[in-house]
Amino acid sequence: MNAVASYLRNAVAALRILLLLTVIVGIGYPLVVFGIAQLPGLQTRANGSLLTLHGQVVGSRLIGQGFTDADGKPLPQYFQSRPSAAGAGYDPTATSASNLGPESIVDTLPDPADKASTGKQSLLTQVCARSLAVGRLDGVDGARPFCTPDGVGAVLAVFWSGPGYSGTVTRVVSLDQACPAHPFLATYRGVAVECARFGADYSKGQVVPIQGSAPARPAVPADAVTASASGLDPEISPAYATIQEARVAKTRGIPVAQLEALVARYRTGRDLGFLGEPRVNVLRLNLALDQQYPYTATR
Amino acid sequence: MSSTWAGVVFLGTLAAALAAVHVPFGDYMARVLTGTRHLAVERVIYRLGGVAPDADQTWKRYLRSVLAFSVVSVLFLYGLLRVQHLIWPPYTVPQMTADQSFNTAASFVTNTNWQSYSGESALGYVVQMTGLAVQNFASAAVGIAVAIALVRGFARTRTDRLGNFWVDLTRVCLRILLPLSVVAAVVFVGAGMIENFHHYATVHTLAGGQQTITGGPVASQEAIKEIGTNGGGFYNVNSAHPFENPTTWTNWIEIFLLLCIGFSLPRTFGRMIGDKRQGYAIVAVMGVLAVGSVVLMLVFQGTHHGTVPTAVGASTEGTETRFGIPDSAIFATGTTLTSTGSVDSFHDSYTSLGGAMTLLNMMLGEVAPGGTGSGLYGILILAVITVFVAGLMVGRTPEYLGKKLGARELKFASLYLLTTPALVLTGTGIAMALPIARAGMLNSGPHGLSEVLYAFTSAANNNGSAFAGLSANTVFYNYALGTVMLLGRFLPMIFVLGLAGSLASQQPVPASDGTLPTHRLLFVGLLTGVALIVVALTYFPALALGPLAEGLH
Repeated sequence: MNAVASYLRNAVAALRILLLLTVIVGIGYPLVVFGIAQLPGLQTRANGSLLTLHGQVVGSRLIGQGFTDADGKPLPQYFQSRPSAAGAGYDPTATSASNLGPESIVDTLPDPADKASTGKQSLLTQVCARSLAVGRLDGVDGARPFCTPDGVGAVLAVFWSGPGYSGTVTRVVSLDQACPAHPFLATYRGVAVECARFGADYSKGQVVPIQGSAPARPAVPADAVTASASGLDPEISPAYATIQEARVAKTRGIPVAQLEALVARYRTGRDLGFLGEPRVNVLRLNLALDQQYPYTATR
Repeated sequence: MSSTWAGVVFLGTLAAALAAVHVPFGDYMARVLTGTRHLAVERVIYRLGGVAPDADQTWKRYLRSVLAFSVVSVLFLYGLLRVQHLIWPPYTVPQMTADQSFNTAASFVTNTNWQSYSGESALGYVVQMTGLAVQNFASAAVGIAVAIALVRGFARTRTDRLGNFWVDLTRVCLRILLPLSVVAAVVFVGAGMIENFHHYATVHTLAGGQQTITGGPVASQEAIKEIGTNGGGFYNVNSAHPFENPTTWTNWIEIFLLLCIGFSLPRTFGRMIGDKRQGYAIVAVMGVLAVGSVVLMLVFQGTHHGTVPTAVGASTEGTETRFGIPDSAIFATGTTLTSTGSVDSFHDSYTSLGGAMTLLNMMLGEVAPGGTGSGLYGILILAVITVFVAGLMVGRTPEYLGKKLGARELKFASLYLLTTPALVLTGTGIAMALPIARAGMLNSGPHGLSEVLYAFTSAANNNGSAFAGLSANTVFYNYALGTVMLLGRFLPMIFVLGLAGSLASQQPVPASDGTLPTHRLLFVGLLTGVALIVVALTYFPALALGPLAEGLH
């Protein structure tokens, strides 16, 4: 009885202390910080660093946006942001990274009988497809190592005659190229390469990614083909901004030199010379474009 | 300056800043924890709480207070999570399920801050502030309290008293964590971190679409999240979210904050046992392990070995443009070497060997410098084992800091060391045997195993970061990981306090010629070696099947 009473006393003391802490650090502390955050200079930041155009809030300086039409096609008059894994793209209510690993290279192919089926693209195929698309949009070479010319992963399943991938090669399938695609290699070790069929079991084959002859430093920069950590990355690398300049200038009908000057104004170097990376804030840049060189659709 | 050199300077400035605060901050914490005077507000708390602040507790009483506080905290937080959808969320939220509420309550009370929920769509402002953030303070303070009780075990002789838990808890919260948090939070707001109570607002974007701008008291939570090595983000993507980590220098500050208590506590330890050299030896081991780990991580992420990183030309998948690769890698190392688990980039998409480093850092037992308090008691346990191993080599009864390490002490230390591997490996084994658990893996092959191994390693070591591809919001993972977090937190604490009690009751042994000096380079080397070997042997098979199988081909 005594022991029970002692445990109970202990628990009651614990609960009281917890409630007191809740009042101090759970209510008092955030309210004090909130109070300080109302000071002029801090308040706009505490409220989300919002940006306006013609008096309308169009977003936050810190939160990236997609510059695509309703179908997800890039709008050529705007600088494009990075790929995003947050919801349908740049959705602050569903922030996310892709979480796909460095050896995510084999696709699950879509079911040709089911129009709605998209399969499951590996990270490699996503990278290859984005590279190709950016290359086409901005008129640069979209080729990358380990990518096929049609923009999927260059990955073979190699079947051997003996156990443990020994003996001779009997069959080779290009895993990410769904039939009737034309395989990126005609033959591998003397065996004709096949395209991949939906639903076929290729798990017995040895998975061999093929690097190919694309340059190790492709023309399309790394950030243009990879999803960010937050899915809300407001910035792109200066290199990615550079390859977009010609296209945006042409669409808006302004000289490239003027656009270069504008991009340079929104380019931020490493803070203090060593913190982070140089970058360009896409929303601020596009906002400046709309203010200075309004785009009138000719559609 | 190249990206790599910028990263090196980033690391160097961090190390210099940590070295600069080590002495003053460590001394300050020692003063707070040994002082006899109570502040007026503390007296009020003790009176309203009904505790006697001057009652020195035995190890069992101390433990009972720790457990009572933690049990009450879990129940309170669980209850709050179950009803939070009714208390002013800024949007419509469904009720959190029982399994997810249990997981989240266990997660925040154990300083793990594993998130099986997504903050922006599952939680309201009230529960974030009064539920989660309160545990950010409390769980950090509990860790420090237990570590200090162990230090008192070394410092005191012929007593069964280890101090008063309620006093330690209150003082750490009010005199160490709170002032630091207020300053950090205000600085964060200045950098663009938000601190508001707005409803979610829909704006029309330039491209003609719509976007929801989220709100919340983020800066206040962010500060204690790093200082207390908690790591539970206000939003799903944690410190990668521009509202939680808006710019390059907040990134630096966040890494500094999550390391500063861990790297300063050895000084507190040295002060309290009256031999500062012992503290230097401990912090040297932490430093060696941390520098080794971060250098390897920078090399692996910088050389971007692997198919996708080679195709991309850099390991940028899952990183933010403003941070870049080196600074993200340094954050990842810091967060896994401590029990923080906040992330500014996504470890699941790291190179195979970079990902292996994050796993290894946690498997090391998070001792370099480890979580608030838990890092110090973790490395002191390893020191006990090291002295024992050294004693075996020369055939002498081992002693550390004037205390004999007999069978009882060694049993406590060994049980401590066995707890986490047992939880990690059994948990992963069970998960791999269950189809419903395997279905949670996003990636296939060795990387899928790594995701599950990471989840259990993170839970058992109370880290909280994830290979986030794993779909962890299932009944199995919520209960399994929640249980592992509780066992991984409180079993070791029982052993630590038991060891502390047994050390405090001893007579001091005068040092003789045969005593191993524990402040010299030899001991630093031995302790580093023991830390690495104990870990490597325990986890090597699991690592070989996961990240090593993936990365070495």
